[in-house]
Order: sequence, then structure tokens, then C-alpha cells
Amino acid sequence: MDCLKSACTGKFGFETAIEMVTLSNITKTYNKGVVKAVTDVSFTVEAGELFGLIGPDGAGKSSIFRILATLLRADSGQATVAGYDVVSGYRHIRNQVGYMPGRFSLYQDLTVEENIRFFATVFNTTVAKNYHLIEDIYVQLEPFKKRRAGKLSGGMKQKLALCCALIHKPTVLFLDEPTTGVDPVSRKELWEILRQLKKQGITVVVSTPYMDEAAICDRIALIQHGKILSIDSPEGIISTYPGVLYAVKAADMPRVNQVLATHEPPFTGYIFGEYIHVDSQGAASRDAATDLRNVLTKAGLRDIEVKPITPTIEDCFIKMLTT
Amino acid sequence: MRTIRFLLQKEFRQIFRNRAILMLILVMPVMQLIILPFAADYEIKNINLSVVDHDHSPYSRLLISEITASGYFKLQGYHTSVKAAYGLIEEGRADLVLEIPRGFERNLIREGEQTLFIAINAINGTKAGLGGAYLTEIIGNYSRDIRVAQVEPMRFSTLPTVEVIPSNRFNPMLNYQYFMVPGILAILLTMVGGFLSALNIVKEKEVGTIEQINVTPIRKHHFILGKLIPFWILGNVVFTLGLLVSWLIYGIFPQGSIAAMYGFVWVYLLALLGFGLLVSTYTDTQQQAMFIMFFFMMVFILMGGLFTPIDSMPGWAQVISAFNPVSYLVEVMRMVILKGSGWKAILPHLGAISGFAVILNGWAVWNYRKTN
Repeated sequence: MDCLKSACTGKFGFETAIEMVTLSNITKTYNKGVVKAVTDVSFTVEAGELFGLIGPDGAGKSSIFRILATLLRADSGQATVAGYDVVSGYRHIRNQVGYMPGRFSLYQDLTVEENIRFFATVFNTTVAKNYHLIEDIYVQLEPFKKRRAGKLSGGMKQKLALCCALIHKPTVLFLDEPTTGVDPVSRKELWEILRQLKKQGITVVVSTPYMDEAAICDRIALIQHGKILSIDSPEGIISTYPGVLYAVKAADMPRVNQVLATHEPPFTGYIFGEYIHVDSQGAASRDAATDLRNVLTKAGLRDIEVKPITPTIEDCFIKMLTT
Repeated sequence: MRTIRFLLQKEFRQIFRNRAILMLILVMPVMQLIILPFAADYEIKNINLSVVDHDHSPYSRLLISEITASGYFKLQGYHTSVKAAYGLIEEGRADLVLEIPRGFERNLIREGEQTLFIAINAINGTKAGLGGAYLTEIIGNYSRDIRVAQVEPMRFSTLPTVEVIPSNRFNPMLNYQYFMVPGILAILLTMVGGFLSALNIVKEKEVGTIEQINVTPIRKHHFILGKLIPFWILGNVVFTLGLLVSWLIYGIFPQGSIAAMYGFVWVYLLALLGFGLLVSTYTDTQQQAMFIMFFFMMVFILMGGLFTPIDSMPGWAQVISAFNPVSYLVEVMRMVILKGSGWKAILPHLGAISGFAVILNGWAVWNYRKTN
């Protein structure tokens, strides 16, 4: 705890937020520099924040997590967790963080109860002492407590892993893709749990390839090819979307797509649920909605619907990738 | 200490939960120890013999009956020509062909000498070598008997002869089981200990549980001790079971100091588990570990002095054997069980194996890093 004090009295005043996780110019390559996993990544996570690393598979999210969890050494750059350097202070960090790898990494041949108890004991604590932290999750696991971890469903496995990562009352929680391979209902529950943990004062850094989950975070970092594209609150990212986005729908959707793509100059659009999202910047005139309607009518399409919409995180991400 | 206790608890829970592995650890060595020594027999029996008798005299018949009466040979049949008998060798149905020439009896009595022809199928080296030797010995005895019968006793005794009467120390009846059983027990102990330790640690890597362990405050040496101790105990259980089997089934009871033998096995298991640990630090999957262990096990077993004496190996092979922990165990087992050796006699072996234990474990710990 003295680290926290020094972090806040030293660099910052009490009124400013405490930096729980910092990365500065972290670079990590594999295969002797051939594969660049993480390139010059810097960001900070404040205490009590729910921070999301959002990016597709292979973006470098797991490498960042492993560096922060002291499992991997970065090629260059510095990183601190809870005030300790990840290289020199790894032993302190290991006492303070909870890490849930992307792959289920508990003992499959031990029961739910045995796993939780084992991880409590290796952290020199007991399940009873920190039961309040895992209570919400554990009540769901309770009926299966005698079942072997390997025999649980995907969602239950993740909940158990979260319990084990929480049982020593960590100050920072690193969750690497906790919702991958989990059904929508369990996904919702897991995010609800994360919000509850945040309320208990635990800093949560979570990664996910699902853009729709990003909106729940306080702040998110969009990451692609090992580089950070943008860091902001979800609202902040949406508000910086350049231009207007339209949702387009007509009777013959495949043809709509074709018409928009072959139009000169082409509209940049992509299928998004039952609509096609079209960016206004592809339009020739300023009134893109009228433009779109005209183009589609000319092509003989019926039941045309064109409406301006607020972009989602996914739209912002796609926009960042294409520009 | 507390951490190690919890790690041990976890480890034993996993071992006892895995029925197949438990059976493998306990039942397999016992079964093998019951079956293998009966099969892995050094004594060559049932050598298939084909006879080409051109003489058909009482003397030739006597020779043939002496050969078959020895119990080592199985008469495959009589042939009229060596060529026909060769056919049997080519088909693999005969191991030896004995040709008795025409006029065998006449020449033997008139001229006092006769030459016999033996063709040996050398595809199976052991069988050929021993079979040839047995046959030569029987023929030698036969010719001596003829001389005794022909020469007057008084004159015969003046001829100088050297007779050898061997006395087999430590194993008077040359019971091959007495030296096979301790050797096989040594190998079983090595297999169980080596494979289990290597595969278990690699499994943690493969399943990913080591990731979760690595972010806990568990220290390197805690984790390693937590792995070594259970298999060390299991190794002792296997060894004790093996000793019981060899006592109950083969009546083999250590003649020497049992304490010395256990003392050696304790250090040996440390070295062996260190080796398993070392293999596991260099591999990422159980398959890789399995194959590497298998490679070394083959070398360990075939160059361990169980099947072929190390002293008869070429110089370079003897050097390799000096680095083979199994060779020390096999030797110590035979020394203590057959020869009745105690602490003093096995001290050099104990020193060597302690060296192995220190080097292998040190290397493994050095190579097992938590961060890369």
C-alpha cells in the first residue's frame, strides 16, 4: 500500500487520479523481431477504472496483458502496475494482480471448490476472508462446486476463473478476453460482474474482440496490428467520428450493396445487421441522404430507407482502419 | 513450507483422481515384474537341429541321441543331403545343421579321428553362438567318452589332461532370474519415475495452468519441490512393491544392506526426477516430452548393463555408460541383492549418482524460468 501513497503524493496531488497501470513505449516482437506483436504502445489506466482493450484477434492484446502480468518481458519500453515496475517489481505485482488468461488455465481435474481453495491458499488467504468479492459469482457456481472444472460449461468456466483471479483481493484485475466463447446471457452477466467489481474499487483492465461490449467500459483503447489507434471514453470515440453515418435498407439487400459499390465515386458501405452502413464522405454532394436515395431509386430498388444514425464503436473502428 | 504443503495436497489429489495413471504406476510394474523375467531368459533352449547322417552307424546314432538328450536341442528331422537341410535353414525352421560323414564310425575307430560339419544359422546371434557352443561341448564330451571306452584305463591316466570345475559365486545355480529380476526392477523404477515427472510438468505447460501458477507468489523452488516430492514418494512405493514381488515370487531377498539399497534409490530418484524436470523445461507438449524421454530410455536401458555387460562394450560406449544413471542402479541392485554388499561397497556409485542429482536438478532449475 505504500506504493499507492508514493504514487499519489509524489507525482500527483490527492485530487488527481492514481495511475494504476502505465505503459510507455512498450514494444514486443516474436521470432527475433520478425513478428511485431506490440509496437510502441503507451497508455495509462487510472485506479478504479474499467478499461477496455478493443481489437480483433492478433492485434496484440494478449501480449500486452502478459507483459503487465509479468509473464512476458517487453523488448523495450517501461510498464508499471500498482506503482511497481513489471521487471524489477514483479514479485510485488504478483501479489496484487489478478490475471485471467484468454485460455482456461485452471486445473481441470480439480473440482470448482478445490480450485478456488487452492488459489486462495497459494496467496496466503482463505476463501472466507474475501468471500464478499466473489459472492455474486460464487452463488451461481455453488450448485456445481463438486464438479470438476473441466466439465463446466464455457460460461461457468470463465466465472470460476474470475473467482480464482479475485480470491486474493487484487488491486488490479487483468482479464484477457473473458467473454470469448461464452453465450450472450453469460456475457452480459460477466460484464455486470465487472461493473460491480469496479464499484468495489478494483481497477479492471479487460480485452475483448466484441465492439458492442466496449460501450460498457469507462475508457477504451482501440488496437490493431499492435498499435493503438485511439484511446478515449466510448462516447468520446463516437463523438470524434468524422462526417455522418447512414443506415440504408431496401427490398433487395445484395443489390443495394452492389449498386453502392459500383457507383462512381463509390460509397463506402458495409453490412451491419439488417442495414448497410454508409459513410457520408463517399457521397458527392453535401446532402448524402438524398444522394443515396436517388442512386438507389435510379437502380430500380423499392422500399428504400435511408436514415442518419449515431455510429457505434464498431463503426468508429472500421472508419479508423479505412482512413 | 505452507505453500509446498498445499502444492503437495493438490498434486496428490490429481494423481489419485487419475485412475489410469494410478494403475499404470502400481499395477504395470508388478505385472511386468511377474511376466518379464520368465520371458527374458538368457538360457537358450529349443534350438532347432537338423541332422544329415550319411553313416547310419551305432556310433552316429549314439552321438545324435546324446545331443537330443541334452534338452537344449529340438530335432527337426533327418535329411539325406546338406542341401536339403539348408532349405530348412533358409526357411528359418532350423538353427543348426549337423552333418555326419560316411564312414564316421570306421574312421573314428581305425584312425582315431573324424571331422564333423556344423552349419549355424547366424540370423539370431545369441542363439547361433550359444547353440554352436552347446553342440561343440556335447560332441567334445562324446569324443572323450569314446576315448575312455577305447583306451585302457592305466594308459589313459598317464595322459595329461586339464579339467575345469567352475564354482559360481553369489549365484551357485546360475539362476538367470537372480540377476534379471533386480535389473528389470531397476528399469521399471527408471521408467515410472522418469516419464511421470517429465510428462506431469509439461502437462501444466500444455494445459496452460502454469500461466496461472506463474502469476501467483509461488516461488520457483516451491513449484519444483511440489512436483518432485510426490513422484519421489511414488518411486519409493514402486520400488518397495517390486522388492516384495521379487521376494514373494522369485524368492530373491537382498543379501546385503537394505538400508544401503534404499539410501541409493533415494538419491537415484532425485537424479531421475531431475532428469524428467530437465526434459520438461525444454519441451512444450507432452508428445515432445514423451519422445525425448523414450529416446533416452532406450539408450539408458540398452547401455545400462542389464542385457549386455558394460565391460564388453567398446571404449566409447563404456564412456557413455559412465554417464548413464541406470547402469549404476543396475550394478548397485545386483551388488546388494546378490553379492550382499553394504554401504562401503556402493559408496563410489552413491557418489556418482549424487553428482548426477546435483547437476541435473541444478540445470533444470536454471532452465526453468518464470518470465521470458
